[in-house]
Amino acid sequence: METKNMMIVGVGGQGTLLASKLLGCLLLDKGYDVKVSEVHGMSQRGGSVVTYVRWGERVCSPIIDKGQADVILSFELLEAARWTEYLKPGGRIITNTQQINPMPVITGAAEYPQELERKIRDAGMDLDALDALSLAEEAGSSRAVNIVLLGRLSKWFGFSEEEWLEAIERSVPPKFLELNKKAFALGRSA
Amino acid sequence: MKTLMLGNEAAARGLYEAGCGFVSSYPGTPSTEITEFAAKYPEIYAEWAPNEKVAMEAAFGASLAGRRSFCGMKHVGLNVAADPLFTISYTGVNAGMVIAVADDPGMHSSQNEQDSRHYAKAAKLPMLEPADSSEALEFTKLAFELSEHFDTPVLLKMCTRISHSQSVVKTGEREEISVRPYEKNPAKYIMMPGNAKRRHPAVEERTRNIAEWAEHSSVNRIEPGKDYKLGIITSSTSYQYVKEAFGDTYPVLKLGMVWPLPEQKILEFAKTVSLLAVVEELDSFIEDHCRNLGLSLTGKSHFPVTDELSQNQVLRALDGTPPAGTKLDVDIPARPPVMCAGCPHRGLFYTLAKNKITVLGDIGCYTLGAASPLGAMDTTICMGASISGLHGFNKAGGGEGGSVAVIGDSTFMHSGVTGLINAAYNESNSTVIILDNSITGMTGHQQNPTTGFNLKGDPCAKIDLERLCRAAGINRVRVVDPYCLAECEAAVKEELAAAEPSVIISRRPCALLKYVKHPGPIEVDPDKCAGCKACMKIGCPAVSMADGKVKLDNTLCTGCGVCAQLCKFGALGGEKEA
Repeated sequence: METKNMMIVGVGGQGTLLASKLLGCLLLDKGYDVKVSEVHGMSQRGGSVVTYVRWGERVCSPIIDKGQADVILSFELLEAARWTEYLKPGGRIITNTQQINPMPVITGAAEYPQELERKIRDAGMDLDALDALSLAEEAGSSRAVNIVLLGRLSKWFGFSEEEWLEAIERSVPPKFLELNKKAFALGRSA
Repeated sequence: MKTLMLGNEAAARGLYEAGCGFVSSYPGTPSTEITEFAAKYPEIYAEWAPNEKVAMEAAFGASLAGRRSFCGMKHVGLNVAADPLFTISYTGVNAGMVIAVADDPGMHSSQNEQDSRHYAKAAKLPMLEPADSSEALEFTKLAFELSEHFDTPVLLKMCTRISHSQSVVKTGEREEISVRPYEKNPAKYIMMPGNAKRRHPAVEERTRNIAEWAEHSSVNRIEPGKDYKLGIITSSTSYQYVKEAFGDTYPVLKLGMVWPLPEQKILEFAKTVSLLAVVEELDSFIEDHCRNLGLSLTGKSHFPVTDELSQNQVLRALDGTPPAGTKLDVDIPARPPVMCAGCPHRGLFYTLAKNKITVLGDIGCYTLGAASPLGAMDTTICMGASISGLHGFNKAGGGEGGSVAVIGDSTFMHSGVTGLINAAYNESNSTVIILDNSITGMTGHQQNPTTGFNLKGDPCAKIDLERLCRAAGINRVRVVDPYCLAECEAAVKEELAAAEPSVIISRRPCALLKYVKHPGPIEVDPDKCAGCKACMKIGCPAVSMADGKVKLDNTLCTGCGVCAQLCKFGALGGEKEA
C-alpha cells in the first residue's frame, strides 16, 4: 500500500502531541509501519506547531513535504490555512473553527484573515469544519479539543469505534476517561 | 516487543539494554528526553548536572570506576563540554562511555545551527549516526562495545528529526555488565605533557584501527539499486529523505559511522556509479572527505548548507519533480512563540521595556521577552553570556539609561555564577536579574540545583540563591515578585542607582507547573474600557481588543493580574476610579 500522510497542526499547548501519540499507537496495532515526527521546545510556547504522522508498508521519511498530505487535522482555523500547500490534490482538511489570535494580530501588526473557510473551499479543497471548542466544553473541558477532533477524524478511518476508544483508554488518565469518551462521541457525531 | 518510540526514548532503551549504570546530562532540546527516559529505569543511576561539562566529567569518572556511563546534550552543550571531550579522547575509558549530541538543523529551538560532526574529527573520536529509532537503540548498544573494544569515548549523533520522531523499535533484554575494576594508571589517566605526548600517537593509531573496522562493519552498508547512473552517499535523516524520494532505484551507501569514514568502501562504491552524490544536512562534512579522496561528486552545489533537507529537496536537486500543493491566496500572519499567559517573566520585562533599559539576555523561555510588543532584550548569545557580557558592556562605558543582565535560575547555575563572580571580583557596577521560576522551563520542566528536587523527583539539597550571590561578593541582593509591577520598578531603579554590583531575584514559579494554583480569569468590564490599550503593552496572549474594547480569553487567563495593574479605568480587575 502507498504510504498515507497526515499532518496534525495547531497552536503550541493545544494538545496536538497527545493526538499524534494516540494515532501512532492505533496504527502500529493495525500492523502498519509508522513514523510520527513532532517538534518540541520553543514553538510549544504558543507558536505554530506541526506533527507528521505517516503509515504504510514501509515508511522512510519522518516528515511530510508540500503536496503530500492526505489529511490535515487542524486545531485552529488560521493554522489550517497556513498548511494548505502541504495538502495532496484530493486531500481533506478537518479543522476546528476556533480562532486564536497570534501575537502580530493581538498587537495590531497584522490582521486575522476573514472568511478562511470559504477561501479554502474556493481553492478547491475538501474542508470539514467544526466548532471543537464548544463540543469540548459540552463534554466537560475545553482541554478535550484534541479528542473531539480525533472523534471527527475517526469517521474517515476504517477502524471501529471500539478500537478508537481502546486507544483513548490507553492514552488518557483514568479520571478523565469518561470526559474524553464523551468528547470523542460528540466529535464523531458532529 | 515491537513498540513506537521517539529516537530519544530508543536511545535510552539502548542505555538500559547495554547495562549502562550511570547517566549525567544537562537538558537541551532536542536531546532532553534521552536522559528523562533513562531515569525511568531503576537500574540506571541518572542525574541532571548543572552543565554539560560537569555532566561529561561525571560520566568519565563513572567510566573510570568501571560502570558503563553516558551523558547527553544538545549541539551547543558540546561546546561547553569540549574541554573534557578533547582530553578524554587521549585517556580513553575503563568501562564504556557514550556521549550523545543532538543537532538542531532548522533551529527549531536553538541559537545556532552548528554541525557537531566536526567535533568527532577534531577530538579524534568515533561518531555513530542513527537514521531512525531502531538504529538509535542498536547504535547506542554498539557504541558501548566499540568504546570498550577501542578504549575510547564514543559519540552518538542525533538530530531533531531522529530525536523527536517516533518509529518502530524492537526491544530486548538488559545485559548485566559487571563492574570493571579500577586500576591506577598514571600514564593513561594523568594528562600532563609527558604522558599526553605518548597518548597522542595511540589516539592516531586508534583512529586508524576504527577506520579499518568501519570498512567491514555492517553499520556502513551498500544498498543495491536498479539504475547505476546515480549513486548516493548519505546518513541519518538524509538517508530517509533519499529512500523516500527514490525508493530502491539508485544504489545508496548508507553510513552509520560518520567518523572515521570508510575510505575504501566509499571508493569502491564510487566506481560502480556514473554520477556520485552526497546528501547530508548542514556542512559538507562527508563531501569534503570524498573530495579529498579525489572523487568528483554532486553535493552542496545542489543542496543548501542551511536548514533541514526533505524528500522534495532531494528530488528537486538530483532527479525528479516533487509534488506541489495549492498555496492559498491569503496573507497568513506568522505565529511566533510567545510567553505564556500568566508567565512570571512578563511583569519584569514590562518594567525593563517601560524604563528603556538595555538588557543583555540569555538562553531560556525568557528570551521571548525580546519579542514584540515587549522588545525588552538587546542580546542573546549563549548560556551565561548575559552576566559576563554586561560586565564588559558596563566597564566599557555602557549605554544610556542603565543596563541589566537577565538570566534564568537554571542558566544561572549552568554558567551564570562565574560571570557574577567576575562582576564582583572586578568591580563592575552591574545589576543582574535572576528570573527564578523554580524550574528549567524551555526544555519542558526539568529540575535543577535551585529547585530542591533531583531528576528522579526525590528531595535534595537546594541552592540558596541569595546566599550564593552574597558569598560571590555581591552585597546588594533583593527578591521581588514579578507579578507586582510597582515592586519591580522600584527595585530596578534603586539597584541601577546604587554604586556597586547588585542582584535582583525575580521569584515566582512557572505558571505551567502543575502545583501552581491560579486564581482564575480576572474580572472584565468592557463598558469601563476606554480603549487606551495600556493593557496591550505586556504582550499577553489572553488579552486582545475587539471593537475598541478589551477582550479576555478565559481559556488562557490565569488571573496573574499584571494587565489589571495597567488599567486605570477598572475594566480589568474591577474597582479603580473612572
